[in-house]
Amino acid sequence: MSFASKSPWVIHYDASSCNGCDIEVLATLCPGFDAERFGVINTGNPKHADIFLVTGSVNERNIKVIQEIYDQMLEPKVVVACGICACSGGIFHDCYNVLGGVDKAIPVDVYAPGCAIRPETIIDAVVEAVGVLEEKARAMKEKEQGE
Amino acid sequence: MGKATVIPFGPQHPVLPEPLHLDLVVEDEKVIEAIPQIGFVHRGLEKLVETRDYNQFIYVAERICGICAFGHSLGYAETVESLMGVEVPERAEYLRGIWHELSRIHSHILWLGLAADAFGFESLFMHCWRLRERVLSIFEATTGGRVIFSVVKVGGVTRDISADQFAEIKMTLEGIKDEYRQIVNTFMKDTSVKNRTVGVGYLSTEAALNASMVGPFARASNVPYDVRSLGRGAYGKLSDFQPIVDTQGDCYARVKVRANEVLQSIDIIEELIAGIPTGDISVPVKGSPAAGAQASNVVEQPRGECYYFARGNGTKYLDRMRMRTPTSQNLAGMVKALEGCELSDVNMIILTIDPCISCTER
Repeated sequence: MSFASKSPWVIHYDASSCNGCDIEVLATLCPGFDAERFGVINTGNPKHADIFLVTGSVNERNIKVIQEIYDQMLEPKVVVACGICACSGGIFHDCYNVLGGVDKAIPVDVYAPGCAIRPETIIDAVVEAVGVLEEKARAMKEKEQGE
Repeated sequence: MGKATVIPFGPQHPVLPEPLHLDLVVEDEKVIEAIPQIGFVHRGLEKLVETRDYNQFIYVAERICGICAFGHSLGYAETVESLMGVEVPERAEYLRGIWHELSRIHSHILWLGLAADAFGFESLFMHCWRLRERVLSIFEATTGGRVIFSVVKVGGVTRDISADQFAEIKMTLEGIKDEYRQIVNTFMKDTSVKNRTVGVGYLSTEAALNASMVGPFARASNVPYDVRSLGRGAYGKLSDFQPIVDTQGDCYARVKVRANEVLQSIDIIEELIAGIPTGDISVPVKGSPAAGAQASNVVEQPRGECYYFARGNGTKYLDRMRMRTPTSQNLAGMVKALEGCELSDVNMIILTIDPCISCTER
């Protein structure tokens, strides 16, 4: 990908993360790593967001919240699982209240492991997610033209 | 008076990095009751103690919370050490103290940033987090991790800090001080900030004591309780330690207490670095906790007193490990402070208790 066709807006939700990945997601958007220079903006509104950053694993209580946020996001949308807990459950995979990674609740496009995830990995994952987003947008457009 | 309406707040909310759900019962713009609901982050990690031995569990304990990660690994290690009668070398105690105070600095600056974000002062938020990056670079240089360090083990610490690194830490902290004072100046003097904090979410000393509040939240309501003044570990070697308190009991006082605690922590680190003895950084730990042996411990986390309890069963697995974290104490006070406030002040009041939901629910 040589350039991004749009500024990806992200929404972040802490599923059942230990905060380690959450603060790294915020730190990525702040000076130091400054993902905002790529046009990445953190929004609180699912309807404004293109990329859904989920940290932490899925449990009985938050699975509905994750699905609700995902449903409220408009197409095309990309889900990034941030941190090893979001990918597979990580160190907590055998806890009684952990169902597993985010892919148990919603389809995940990009997996970004790490405990805690490093800001460089998040930037990498978001760049990859922008590629997936463009791919999905193109597929949608082709489908519309085909009809 | 209007009709009572219930407004849901969270679990996904722009001001909250963590999921906490509140049902706000409002009449017009006044909150008359706040009903918290928790459970979104519950993993059940206390039960993992049955399948991870006491050396492995330290990595789980560290991941109770990513902000107070060091504090939790320290609290757990100290509990198991007193369970097994292990004496930690003096240098390890000093190193633990230094890392613990550094995490307090990073946690409080992080919080100041989030508080600025809560009242919509985004540039101040960015400035705080920019400063915090410099503390994180100390962690990265000395432990290898930015938020999760894994340097504490039962019987000491796994890494030493060299004299060169100490000099660098001192230089970084000196460099932070000036910029930090400017940021605090904005928090304390700026009219737009004061409009959002002065007199908001008042809690009296009696109410704070009745709700058993801990940490900076209680100290802002003039409760001079700080576990560090018990003088355990490296804190016993400090020449003087006085908890920072304030009498106002509002959001402004809570900002002030935390802001001053950062400077206090910098002084503590400088004193510890000056007095650190040479020697081993850990002792070998063999055997397992005796059956029925019990130990408890308190640690002053950035958010307040955290209580640990452990019971052995004769094997290398513990029988029970229990933590009582500061936020679970402070939630009661938060609900009290929310009663009667304006709807627009809700996010500020929630933020000023510095909620750490993943600590609370584990």
